[in-house]
Amino acid sequence: MDTLKIADKEFSSRLFTGTGKFSSSQVMRDTLLTSESELITVALKRVDVHNENDDILTHLDHPRINLLPNTSGVRDAKEAVFAAQLAREALETNWIKLEVHPDPKYLLPDPIETLKAAEKLVKLGFVVMPYIHADPVLCKRLEEVGVQCVMPLGAPIGSNKGLKTLEFLEIIIDQSNVPVIVDAGIGSPSHAANAMEIGADAVLVNTAIAVSQQPVAMAEAFKMAVEAGRLAYNAKLAPVKQHAEASSPLTSFLTQG
Amino acid sequence: MKSFKNIFDQYNWDDTLSSIFSKTEDDVVRALHKPKRNLEDFKALISPAAKPFLEQMASLSSQITKKRFGNTMQMYAPMYLSNECQNICTYCGFSITNKIPRRTLTNQEILKEVDFLKSKGYDHILLVTGEANKTVGTDYINNAIQLIQSKFANITIEVQPLDQPDYEILKESGLYAVLVYQETYHRQEYKKHHPKGKKSNFDYRLETPDRLGRAGIHKIGLGALFGLEDWRADSFFTALHLQYLQKTYWKTKYSISFPRLRPHSGGLEPKVAMTDSDLVQLICAYRLLDEDVELSISTRESEVFREHIINLGITSISAESKTNPGGYVVEPQSLEQFEISDERSTEEIVKMLKNKGLDVVWKDWAYNWQ
Repeated sequence: MDTLKIADKEFSSRLFTGTGKFSSSQVMRDTLLTSESELITVALKRVDVHNENDDILTHLDHPRINLLPNTSGVRDAKEAVFAAQLAREALETNWIKLEVHPDPKYLLPDPIETLKAAEKLVKLGFVVMPYIHADPVLCKRLEEVGVQCVMPLGAPIGSNKGLKTLEFLEIIIDQSNVPVIVDAGIGSPSHAANAMEIGADAVLVNTAIAVSQQPVAMAEAFKMAVEAGRLAYNAKLAPVKQHAEASSPLTSFLTQG
Repeated sequence: MKSFKNIFDQYNWDDTLSSIFSKTEDDVVRALHKPKRNLEDFKALISPAAKPFLEQMASLSSQITKKRFGNTMQMYAPMYLSNECQNICTYCGFSITNKIPRRTLTNQEILKEVDFLKSKGYDHILLVTGEANKTVGTDYINNAIQLIQSKFANITIEVQPLDQPDYEILKESGLYAVLVYQETYHRQEYKKHHPKGKKSNFDYRLETPDRLGRAGIHKIGLGALFGLEDWRADSFFTALHLQYLQKTYWKTKYSISFPRLRPHSGGLEPKVAMTDSDLVQLICAYRLLDEDVELSISTRESEVFREHIINLGITSISAESKTNPGGYVVEPQSLEQFEISDERSTEEIVKMLKNKGLDVVWKDWAYNWQ
């Protein structure tokens, strides 16, 4: 599969994953290694950054895994910037998944605060990966302030409802100059494959894997689906047809002697 | 100013109760099959008509909880700072009429208790006091929060209702959440159980979550004390309160607790009993109403009950709790607010959770963001 470049890193896996909701840190590790994911997001609020033996972090220690701290839990730009700085210091990475969701019920991202925080963080030298609505205009605005990718949602986070925002994702992918990673809402491998087929550069999946009855097997399934979707995208899908085409084209008379 | 009182005053206790009791099996079935449920569905799910559907409710509740919260359980520990109290609460061991030795922890004593809880692994703490505004007012609570702020990721308080500016001060010092239970939403019964002291003001208590919301406190915990009045009506009003708050203070998180009357010194027998089956029904009904609300269960409940309930919708629990100031180390023998039921150690609870396939979450916040 072709590699994906974000900032200075190249990824051979286009499946990004998360660390929440697993039944134990060991299950999390086994699952994430099976997924072959190279970028794994971890909520800063869950890790004890002052503790070298933090259970989550020690289980994510692997040469393939790049940690992507996220700001989950912050409610505005100010808190997001503070959390990002805390993450940079503690986890020694300037990559940050920017999540600003003041609404704790649906965890829907605040576009205004996200844009403000993104602008500030880019200036502070972060590689900013913002979690946002599937809003094409917002994606362009974020691109203009210098984010390294955009992460529009397919459906509300944790909902497993799939690509409810498909129409808008297609516009975003069409217009974007930075990688588009579909984040949130992907509930099954077919959803992930679908996102890849329409040209998403990667997907981020957490709940669907972590809450499955067999997380390790589900991670494998997602890995394959993402690969299949990407291959299909590169191979150029045959166009969808509403009806059969006439075998004798209507305009063939023009070229017939 | 607009508050929950404007909505609450439109309701009548008796009509609400008879509406709940008039729900039929058809109403329950309809509620079970809806993807999104409203307060009428909630009434059906807590009604006697829903009893035959308990297994189905439990199964749905368990699935929804797992999807939203994953295979995890948040741990917290209560720490009683003081048993001084100017209120009469007929059901409480700290009531002013109870002639018990009173104690308020000093800084040094607080830190000793904290060391014990830290050694057990706790990172989310609940500070509890009685209501004695002169000795245990905002200043005392603020001092306690500042004293322990660097040691805990998440600090919650369960103290007397305060004014909005007080909450703003405490938030600035690192307060995350406030639990304030209405005890009962039955105005007349409330008066009977709280005849004296500041707590006798029903409306001031009822409007406390509004003041918390306006102060921007991150999380508000609601609940009723089961045993004082009919648990079904009290739960309906708690749910009504919850939904009002969610729409009004949309940035705030909410949790629900389920305290049932427990024996204590000078004890009161529950007026309306709530069985284990009732409590299971209620927990599941809340989950079916609201996928996101945190549901918490304390050591008031028995070992057996807790072991079974944790997979059915609960998202946070305490363990090894002491309900007396200094109860962990400083003065273990002092009088408790109420007897806890599940006396197992933190280590045993953690082991039990792991055996049930749940990852124990100690830390899920960072105090220094705010």
